[in-house]
Amino acid sequence: MPDNDQAMRTHVATLPVPEFAETAFTEPRALRDARVAIVTSAALYREGDPPFAVPDVHFETIPDSARDLKLGHVSPNFDRAGFAADLNVVYPVDRLHELADRGAIGSVADFHYSFAGNQSDTVSEVRLDTGPACAQKLREDGVDVVLLTPV
Amino acid sequence: MHPPRALYVEFPLGLPLGKPGDADFQHRVLGAAFALLGEPAGPVLADFPEAIKSEDTEPLQCSVPPRYDPELHPAVDEAQGLRSAHDRAVARNGRTTVGSHVSRDDIPDAIGKFARIAAGEPWDAVGLDGSAGRVGQEIRTYYEELACELADGPAGPWAVERWFYERTQTGKVLLEARRRMRDAGAPQLAWFLLAPASRE
Repeated sequence: MPDNDQAMRTHVATLPVPEFAETAFTEPRALRDARVAIVTSAALYREGDPPFAVPDVHFETIPDSARDLKLGHVSPNFDRAGFAADLNVVYPVDRLHELADRGAIGSVADFHYSFAGNQSDTVSEVRLDTGPACAQKLREDGVDVVLLTPV
Repeated sequence: MHPPRALYVEFPLGLPLGKPGDADFQHRVLGAAFALLGEPAGPVLADFPEAIKSEDTEPLQCSVPPRYDPELHPAVDEAQGLRSAHDRAVARNGRTTVGSHVSRDDIPDAIGKFARIAAGEPWDAVGLDGSAGRVGQEIRTYYEELACELADGPAGPWAVERWFYERTQTGKVLLEARRRMRDAGAPQLAWFLLAPASRE
């Protein structure tokens, strides 16, 4: 039986990883008061929108209420059926609302964001362009905490 | 890379929250991640204490329809017979990833083209252009979405993928078509997406 996960671990270990001189680190407000957003690399997009290309460095803005989501991440090398069964296993938006309802987090952001994982080796586009643009939108929405879900 | 706060999860790739359909488990993952916000200095890298191993996965119990139209290729016949299950999956979930590169109505016809490649016809002579890889991936998605509807109970990690490539006619067609396309020198994007790289 093929071990896809081990094959991917072996492959990923050969990929270049950017080294940053500094780590951005802040102390956010208390979680019970914090506004939380999701940023995922699953390349999610909405019904009727064009799919992500290969490669594709843009990001999608996903309204919090949207559930008509498609999995745009093109790699065949991950368990794609988990998202088919339950989008929360990749994009836990319903879990965030449950946390907000019970007062564990302050609120859920009005918008969440989706990138493709197939970025360039230098991730220059995310560092210099799309990352700051996405961060600006998060700040405009008053987001305190971002949950990153890689796929 | 040193992200400020990271939770390492020993889960199969594609399942960052661990278990589909298990809200309690997903909340445990989120709780562990949000707990890192209290760390006074970083970068922080913590391990989630529960692991999910794909080798522990039980085979998916999911029936495929018997042959109905002997005039059709078995994979095409199979896909047509499973359409109502996919309709139910779409109705229940309110979404589908199928439809950006091949419509649900055209799935059987697309499978027929891959079957011709698998039988030996040149990959660029059956009417699949450079989007063959994306079309093939949506065929896999069609089956994976409907399998979640047909299966007896929740599927473990990789169980649906294994069912598709090992138990269905269409999965076997895609594997053989991929082999022939790769060996014929087709563009990588046309064949690479048809199955996980570890499947030969």
